[in-house]
Formats: sequence, structure tokens, C-alpha cells
Amino acid sequence: MNVDVRPIKTAAECALAASFALARANLPGVDEVATLREEAFRRFETDGLPHRRIEEWKYTDLRALMREAKPLAPLPDAAAKRIAGQGMPAASIEARRIVFVNGSFVPELSDLADLEPGLAIRSMASALAAGDPRIVNRIGKIAPTSDTAVALNTAFMGDGAVIEVAPGAALSRPIQLAFFNGGSDSGAVFMRSLAVIGKGARVMLVESHDGVGEFQVNTALELEIGDTAHVDHIKVTRTGSLHVSSLMTAVGAQARFNEFLFTIGGQVVRNQLFVRFEGEGTIAGIRGACLLKGRQHVDTTLVAEHVAQACTSREMFKSAIDGEGRSVFQGKIIVRPNAQKTDARMATHALLLSETAEADNKPELEIFADDVQCGHGATAGDLDENLLFYLRARGIPEQQAQALLIQAFVGEAVEGIEHAGLRDTLMAEVAAWLGARE
Amino acid sequence: MHLLEVKNLHVEVGGKNILNGLELSVGKGAVHAIMGPNGSGKSTLAHVLAGKPDYVVTQGEILLDGEDILALAPDERAARGLFLAFQYPLEIPGVATMTFLRTALNAQRKKRGEPEVSTPDFLRRVRELAGKLGIDQDMMRRAVNVGFSGGEKKRNEILQMAVLEPRLCVLDETDSGLDIDALKVVADGVNRLRAPERAFVVITHYQRLLNYIVPDVVHVLSKGRIVKTGGKELALELEAGGYAQYRDEAA
Repeated sequence: MNVDVRPIKTAAECALAASFALARANLPGVDEVATLREEAFRRFETDGLPHRRIEEWKYTDLRALMREAKPLAPLPDAAAKRIAGQGMPAASIEARRIVFVNGSFVPELSDLADLEPGLAIRSMASALAAGDPRIVNRIGKIAPTSDTAVALNTAFMGDGAVIEVAPGAALSRPIQLAFFNGGSDSGAVFMRSLAVIGKGARVMLVESHDGVGEFQVNTALELEIGDTAHVDHIKVTRTGSLHVSSLMTAVGAQARFNEFLFTIGGQVVRNQLFVRFEGEGTIAGIRGACLLKGRQHVDTTLVAEHVAQACTSREMFKSAIDGEGRSVFQGKIIVRPNAQKTDARMATHALLLSETAEADNKPELEIFADDVQCGHGATAGDLDENLLFYLRARGIPEQQAQALLIQAFVGEAVEGIEHAGLRDTLMAEVAAWLGARE
Repeated sequence: MHLLEVKNLHVEVGGKNILNGLELSVGKGAVHAIMGPNGSGKSTLAHVLAGKPDYVVTQGEILLDGEDILALAPDERAARGLFLAFQYPLEIPGVATMTFLRTALNAQRKKRGEPEVSTPDFLRRVRELAGKLGIDQDMMRRAVNVGFSGGEKKRNEILQMAVLEPRLCVLDETDSGLDIDALKVVADGVNRLRAPERAFVVITHYQRLLNYIVPDVVHVLSKGRIVKTGGKELALELEAGGYAQYRDEAA
């Protein structure tokens, strides 16, 4: 007998329902969008907040972690906009910055001048309000998932970026989506972005998440990558009391896709990646590094689905965990029956820097084709005592020797980023983090 | 005063006695060879001099310039001029050789209250020393010892020694795994560093290395103690007669 027992709703679930009832009329979008929201919210109401008995959320029990659901964040005031400038500087990477404060697009802080030919950028709120079928028809469709956090995002999505890059356009500057929250004590922010990258286009997209205060962030990006396009997406997370992020991407044939997740801040962070390889012969690198201390909890959950044949994917995730930090990695590679000649390798490494650090690692391979190469490897351990002794025997004090080894450990993943300026910026973040270590 | 004095040294590793009352005095400018059969405690001596954790000194003293260094951390000993050339140099992925050398040199200088070396001076010096050891610039840019051959790793140890200019150099089986050409390069590197203020403790199983690095004093180590001391001719005797007699003597 299998009885579906729904426990009593938690306070957070009730608050989300009240929030939706209050906000639904004012959320942006034509009727079709309103219908999407209603459907998504019903899915959330059926499932509730994901909890530890849901396999995909086993290590990040949102039902327990979300004691409350904060009301939607207020529109940014002048003070919030002023401090928004403090986010990760775009100078080092000369990016075109598109700024969002408390979930709303802020045109006066954004650099929309002299867009390169073939590049169009607008706000998600306006695209939904206009009911542009190119946009509305893609919501939730690029790499569909039944994930509850994504459903919540669809129900509440406020604003975000809509980026369209025409076939063949090679953007000379990276685009930075700079998300910033602050100006009030707290609030909930639901951001939804969409990027449609045309055939053969070349784009580097950087997402940065910064801010101050107790914000609950649910952010999602749908990314459609055309055949032979070359796309780098790098997400830098430096803040948030609760930060749930979802990337849903479909990659065409003969494309290059480089994903990097850099997480150095945030109390509870969940980065989920849903990647579908839909065209043959694509090469992808999906990597990440996170540095945790205090009681930080960072969960990276990846589902890489090889639908088409002869794609190569390399996954490498590294976490350095200090204090009572906890790093979670769940990586699933699915190879569909037609995806012959798939070559997928996944490696995850955790460096435990304290007695109380924790790493949970769950690699999974689901292979339905018979001519593939798939592998995974996972390690967890502390710094190598013999290496430390070697460095110290050369005169390098213990703290500095540890820092060198941690930098080298994280650096191996960061190396995977093609942009030298961004690599340097992130390694400087690592150095600062190490400098603050006691 | 001797540069190094080891007095009645008893050392335990993993609960097992390895050194049992070892005595050794090394004066400035001298080259001392320590020979002995496998398991006699040669490498333990090297490691305990450098301050490796887990090597428990139960009795005795190690004096450098007359001061006991047993309470000092490995990096503090290095800053005082002690250098251990490892028998098995470690690979450090992700740390470039140049970065490693400069970090080590400047950390030692800082500890001694000396100013950091300027980058151009440092690069010039390292390039020159590396050239003499046949280490090309490409190796210097690579991660420390990663993908190096056994001979390259040993040469890299000698390069580090040359850059750091220690006063007491402990060479732990530097000859192991080297062919004759590599052995000559390494020995030449060591000989260039011989100086009136600098002493060497050369630990080796075979006499061969001592044809190239000619010692002033040769000690035979057996079961954790020095059982015989002599001149360089003692090494030749050992080569001819083997270690068998000393195994018996110590027992």
C-alpha cells in the first residue's frame, strides 16, 4: 500500500501561498504567463518544499532549512542602488554590466549603450508583459525539469535579463548580469533570465550575486545554445542567507560550452544545473570551486543528460571546507540510448580543512548506450602532511604552506576558465579568503 | 663551536626505537658522510634534523650553532640555515617552481629580518643557478617536480639548496635513482656550494657518490648509532667489505 501522506504545511509553505495570493495579480506577464505561474504554483502546492526524502534534495532539506518564507523584497530605493555598485567589479573583465537590485532591472546602472550588432538585451518583466511569444514559449521549455525550486521560480518570477545573440555574432565584451540585494533587512527575490544564443555565436556570460542582508534568493537561467556556438557561463556567488539557483541549458551540435560555478559566500547555497546535450559532437566543461567556512552549506547538483551522440563532457568540482562548513555534490550523468560515443568524466574533490568540515559526494551514472566512455572519481581528505612538511622544510611557515596548497587545489578547477582576467579576479578572491582564515 | 652537534639522540617512529644514542659533531666547512645498511636509521636522522612531525625525540639534543633546535618548527630551522635535500622530492601540483622558490626564500629572509629580494634580482640569480644544473626555463615554469624525471627532481633539490644558501645541508640519499651523468651534475652542484661557512651531511648507502663529493669524515651508522668514524678511506673499505661486520658489532 502506498499512501501519499502530505504532512501539515510548514510556516514557510503557508507564507509562500499567502505571498502568491497577494502578488499574483501584480506579477508581470500576459494571460499565458499567468497560466504558467498558476500551473507552477499548483505543482509546488502538491509537492511542498523539497525535503530530505526527495532524493535530489537529500542533503539540502529546504523544508527544515526554510523556517520562514520572507515577503517579496521591496523595489530598490536610492540607498540600495547606491551600494549596488559595490558588487564584483566588471573592470577586471571589461564586462557589459546589466544590474538588478532586489530582483528588479535598474537601467540607469546598466550599460546598454552601443550594443554590438546581433546583441539584444531587455528585461524579463517587460518581455513577459509584452507577451513576446519568442520568450513566453521558451519559459520552462529549454531543458524541462519537474524540480520544485524551479516551479517556485516560475510561479513568482519577477525580473531578469533576456539576452538574444544573433547567429554568427561574436561579442567582444563579456556580459555580466550583476545581481545585488540590499537596502532593506531582508526579502525574497525571484529572478528569471533567458539567453538564446544563435548558431555559431560567441558569448561569455558572467553572473554575479552580491549583497547585504538576509535575502532569500531563487534565481534561474534558461540558456539555449545553438549549433557551433561557443558559450562560457560563469556564476559567482558571494552572498545570501538562502540562495537557490537553477541553470537549465540545451546545447546544440558541434558547440563549445564552458560552465563554472564559483561559490565563496552565502549561508545556504544550492546550485542546480540541468544540462542537455541535444546535438552531436559538442565539447563541454562543467566545473566549479567553492570555499566554505563557518556554517556555510553549499550544494551543487548536476544532471548532465547526453541525448545526442559523440559529445564530450568534463566535470570537475573542488571544494575547500573550513570550520563547520558542509559541501554537497550530486552529479548525475545520463547517457540516452542514442548517445553512442559519449565521453563523460566527472571528478569531485573535497579538501577538509577542519575536524568539523563535511563533504557529501554522490556521483551517479545512468548509461543506456553500449559504446560510451564514462567515469567518475571522488576524493575527500585533508591537506597532505608530507607536502606540508616539504614546504615547511624550505622555510615556508605552516599557514602560508597551507594557503599555497589550497590555492593550488582550487586553482586546478579555476584554470578551466578561459578568460585570464576573470581567472585572476577569482584567484584574488581565493587569496583574500585564505588571508581571512585564522 | 661546532655548527651541528647531535648529543645522545634517541628517536621513536611509530612507537619503534630507530635512533639509539646517536652522537655527531659537524664543524663549519666540513663534509661528513653517513653510511649504513638499510634500516640503520639514516633517513630518520635526516628527517629528525629537519623537524618532521611524528618523529619523537625521547632523549638527547640537536644543537645548531650551540642552540637546541628541537623545539623549533621545520620552517624555523630552515630560516636558521638548515636544508634537507629529500630522497624522494615531492610533487606539488598547481604550485609553479618559481613561485615556490621565491615564497621559500622570502619567508626565510622575513624570518631573519632581511628584506625581500627584488623580482629581477631573484629571476637573474635563479636563471643562472638553474643553467649550471642543466635545468631549463620551461621546467621552472612548471609545477614543482610534476612530471619531472628522477634525475630532474634531484637537480631541482640542489637548485633549491643553491638558491636558499643554507649553512647546513643534509643530503638524504641524493644519489639514489641517478645514472652516472646525473650523479656528476648533482655532485658538481654540491661541490660548487662548498664554502668555509657551510657544512654538509651526506647520507648515502653507496660509496659511489663519495667519489664525486669527497668527504672529510665518514661515519658508519648501524642500529641507530654511529659505530665507526674515519676518513674518506673508510668508505672504500665499506665498499669492499660490505656492512656485515657492523651489523654484528652493533648487536
